[in-house]
Amino acid sequence: MSPREIFALRDHLGAELKGRTISDAHDVVSLTDILSHTVLGGRLSELSGRAVLLKLSDQLRSGLAMIELDGIARRMLLCPPDLNPAHLDTLIADAGIDAVVTDEPDRWAGTGVPLVVTAHLPLQATAPATSERATEWLMLTSGTSGVPKIAGHTLEALTGAIVAEGPARGPAPVWATFYDIRRYGGLQIFLRAILSGGSMVLSDPHEALGDHIARLNARGVSHISGTPSHWRKLLMSGAAAQFAPAYVRLSGEIADQAVLDGLKAAFPDASVGHAYASTEAGVGFAVNDGLEGFPADYLGNRNGVEMKVVDGSLRIRSARTAHAYVGRDAAALTDADGFVDSGDIVELRGDRYYFVGRRGGIINIGGLKVHPEEIEAVINRHPDVRMSRAKSRRSPITGGIVVADAILTEGTDAARAKEIRDQILDQCRAQLASHKVPAVIRFVEALDVTPAGKLARTDA
Amino acid sequence: MSVRSKVIEAIQQIAREQHVALPALSDDLSLHETGFDSLAFAILVARLEDETGIDPFTISEDAAFPATVGDFVRAYENVPA
Repeated sequence: MSPREIFALRDHLGAELKGRTISDAHDVVSLTDILSHTVLGGRLSELSGRAVLLKLSDQLRSGLAMIELDGIARRMLLCPPDLNPAHLDTLIADAGIDAVVTDEPDRWAGTGVPLVVTAHLPLQATAPATSERATEWLMLTSGTSGVPKIAGHTLEALTGAIVAEGPARGPAPVWATFYDIRRYGGLQIFLRAILSGGSMVLSDPHEALGDHIARLNARGVSHISGTPSHWRKLLMSGAAAQFAPAYVRLSGEIADQAVLDGLKAAFPDASVGHAYASTEAGVGFAVNDGLEGFPADYLGNRNGVEMKVVDGSLRIRSARTAHAYVGRDAAALTDADGFVDSGDIVELRGDRYYFVGRRGGIINIGGLKVHPEEIEAVINRHPDVRMSRAKSRRSPITGGIVVADAILTEGTDAARAKEIRDQILDQCRAQLASHKVPAVIRFVEALDVTPAGKLARTDA
Repeated sequence: MSVRSKVIEAIQQIAREQHVALPALSDDLSLHETGFDSLAFAILVARLEDETGIDPFTISEDAAFPATVGDFVRAYENVPA
């Protein structure tokens, strides 16, 4: 590839930049003249051709460093904030890391990483850089335990869906996401903000939800994404009443009908849709008809994304998938035909496919396989339930039974708990096989959500 | 509420939920004759564990599962709380 063909992030920022900002809870950075400013203390040229670990304690400097490094570094590995430090050595070895961009340079002294560059704000003036190469973007999977896998992407693959959608119509959007931008779902929003114009408001894990929403409002956020768990938490908080985004998107977990309907009721003027995407499979498709699941005719080749269902799981082949797992003992990311097995189990009912759960999340109930998500979707359909989690519990009689924890909708009279429990159980018995009906339903105040925004499933 | 009445009430509640036509409950009634299947018993044991904090069938590995309603109730009554 000749250098002229390289199109890096900075090359998307040449056009009209005035009035655009990227901000977090503490700082607002103007994108005007961003290309003649540096968050890396002017040391970008030292990182040319290097395999760079991006290990920063905040998203703002991370995003600014991504803009600088793309097209200059050979590869960059994005570290999400919840990365277990015990896994760093393995990841550094697997990705061949030879430089780190950090805000804690003291921690890296004497670690053997040959080049340590400190990222800091405010930005300093510098001469604009020219893109030199197509940088490989390395992202970590958000799996449960063990060392996360490293999925290799190109900017072209990461932005395939954004380019296909074209620029946003109407006034320049102000983007936000509940995700961290070092996760696939959050990075998609960050890249949209860079490519399709507008500004971006970053999340902060230490900020209370009400304060976060107040900040989103103050900055005029119009377009926002998160997992169904993020959105359920927002609906439960009561803070949704002060917020009126025009564009609401869900991804990263199954968007059931209850959460879609809940968002439509909370944001009647908004476009509410869910998207299917993962670190490995890239952006698959968007569903904007307000219904859970997706139309069966999405299978086959559609807009350059090929999908099929094999052994119940969704398989995806497209130019937007990651191209490989990176590392010495890395498994193959695709099958021989180039399809990524998403591990997401779908079921055809009528002319629509519905997500029923993760292959790895199956719980064993007396020898029968059960997807907890399928049970939760039925429980969540009760109008007085906001969120639920089904899990297995050992039983001396059958080996295992299903039990469920549920959070009642804000303002529900606790005295009605027994009546609601009976209604939920009736609903479950009408719609689920008997071994999937929870033996016990407990009402709880909160359910754990992982830093990646997904319902915590410690038993799966 | 006595342990006995808690157990009997839970049996009746699950019978209603599972649409099991429960015969009159007496101590001599064999559990088989209650019409409960293993899933219904699993639900019963789980709910009683939540209510009483006791699962007498897991506590003692070698305990045989009771044969009659009376044995079942006594399994809960005989565990020191």
